[in-house]
Amino acid sequence: MNAAMPTDKPAIRVSKLSKTFKGCKALETVSLDIAPGEMVALIGASGSGKSTLLRHLAGLALGDDGTGSVDVLGTRVQSRGQLASDIRRTRSRVGFVFQQFNLVGRLPVMTNVLTGSLGRVPLWRSLTGRFTTEERRLALDALDRVGIADKSWTRASALSGGQQQRAAIARTLVQKAEVILADEPIASLDPVSSRRVMETLARINTEDGVTVVVSLHQVDFAIRYCPRTIALKKGAVIYDGPSAALTPSLLRELYGSQAEELGTGVQGSASFVTGLPSGLALAANA
Amino acid sequence: MTTTDDARLLHPPRTSLTKLAVYGIALALLAWSWHGAEIRPEILVKDAGNMATFLSDFFPPNFRDWRFYVQEMLITVQIAIWGTVLAVVAAVPFGLLAAENIAPVWVRQPVRRLMDALRAINEMVFAMLFVVAVGLGPFAGVLALFVHTTGVLAKLFSEAVEAIDPRPVEGIRATGANPLEEIVYGVIPQVLPLWISYALYRFESNVRSASVVGMVGAGGIGVVLWEIIRGFYFAETCAVMIIIVATVSLIDVASAQLRKLFI
Repeated sequence: MNAAMPTDKPAIRVSKLSKTFKGCKALETVSLDIAPGEMVALIGASGSGKSTLLRHLAGLALGDDGTGSVDVLGTRVQSRGQLASDIRRTRSRVGFVFQQFNLVGRLPVMTNVLTGSLGRVPLWRSLTGRFTTEERRLALDALDRVGIADKSWTRASALSGGQQQRAAIARTLVQKAEVILADEPIASLDPVSSRRVMETLARINTEDGVTVVVSLHQVDFAIRYCPRTIALKKGAVIYDGPSAALTPSLLRELYGSQAEELGTGVQGSASFVTGLPSGLALAANA
Repeated sequence: MTTTDDARLLHPPRTSLTKLAVYGIALALLAWSWHGAEIRPEILVKDAGNMATFLSDFFPPNFRDWRFYVQEMLITVQIAIWGTVLAVVAAVPFGLLAAENIAPVWVRQPVRRLMDALRAINEMVFAMLFVVAVGLGPFAGVLALFVHTTGVLAKLFSEAVEAIDPRPVEGIRATGANPLEEIVYGVIPQVLPLWISYALYRFESNVRSASVVGMVGAGGIGVVLWEIIRGFYFAETCAVMIIIVATVSLIDVASAQLRKLFI
């Protein structure tokens, strides 16, 4: 919607990024640009490099020495296997949503969500846990937006998987993230929770103009929620274009026997998505 | 499978020569230590009469000065409280700095060796040194317990830190948090129940230790115990021992209840 950033500068730019794990190629000279406000799906079979690529975008993993670079929001994240020195400032503008939610289970949901503001809060206040009413208000609003405000003071570990993932998304809202990277956010969730999480991400994308990159196991979800899809195979980009063009025959062409692994996600469930008003996922409390 | 193989498998494999040698060495070690430790069980039989007389001197226990004993016992508990609290405060940073997943090797190794040293030397030895340094009295006991317990707790704390789930910490890191914030929000909440449990265990054992460090002049019930044993006041000794046992049991029970609260 309100893409405030100049559109000539990509939100994410990866150039010639390679990553080798113990002699095994995890990323093979990957180059791509993602414009501000896009919602992009990253698909591929397990081990195709989706997670590895996303972790590199957030500077949680480093590429091979001597080649490749990653820029996010016009700032260097890493180049030639070296992390940028101001990485923490960049990370604070990038929200990361993990497959296993990565919340601190023993802390209340509210505290988990408040950690989104750590990049802005002065150290003495964060270490003593002195968040202002304004910061708490922001956290509560974020929880309200993802539909779990009533769980604010529940321990994160007591929430269902879908609720935990929405709390993790609320954390990125408190971060005021301009880019959200979601690493298989629905791989551990049941179909209903999966839909809710994807609806939430899509809504943040359209309402706030946040750039979203989401890795998915299931092509159906990519087609449903993301206009653009980047497909990976063995660490290399093998398709980058409109999701609508990903027909079963193209998938078979791209992935061969692996195509089945990508297509079966929401089989026979086209109705469940269409039957749902898009606001419902955000309003409903589970 | 041939029949010869079957026959071989019917019985357990023969004990190897090395194993036999180890048993031999163990027996030799026992015999050698028997000599060095001057173990003479016949004395227990020969002097049984004397010992019975000695034992009868303990009964009935003499509680005439019980107010004094209880007061000194309370001082002992107070020594244990401060010795443990100071140790917990010191063990938090040392425990983190000794953990593999927090500190780089050039910090971790020196910290670990320092903690080894603190642990290797018994509280009694530290108590004797601190009595010389700060004079007779409970404060020397507090310092002795503090130093030794820091070594023990730092090791236990760092092991707890090494066993955490790294994913929540990465979740905090991804928000752009500072490494200290990662520890406060990602690591400490995960290890806190275990840390509290360890600290309470050490408090219990420090109450026991505090009653002993008094014997070298570091305050509390130990001082009393030492004096009455040397004066052959066995009925009084018995009373003091009963008070120690009662207090230690009470604290064990109370801290076990407390520990349940945190887990």
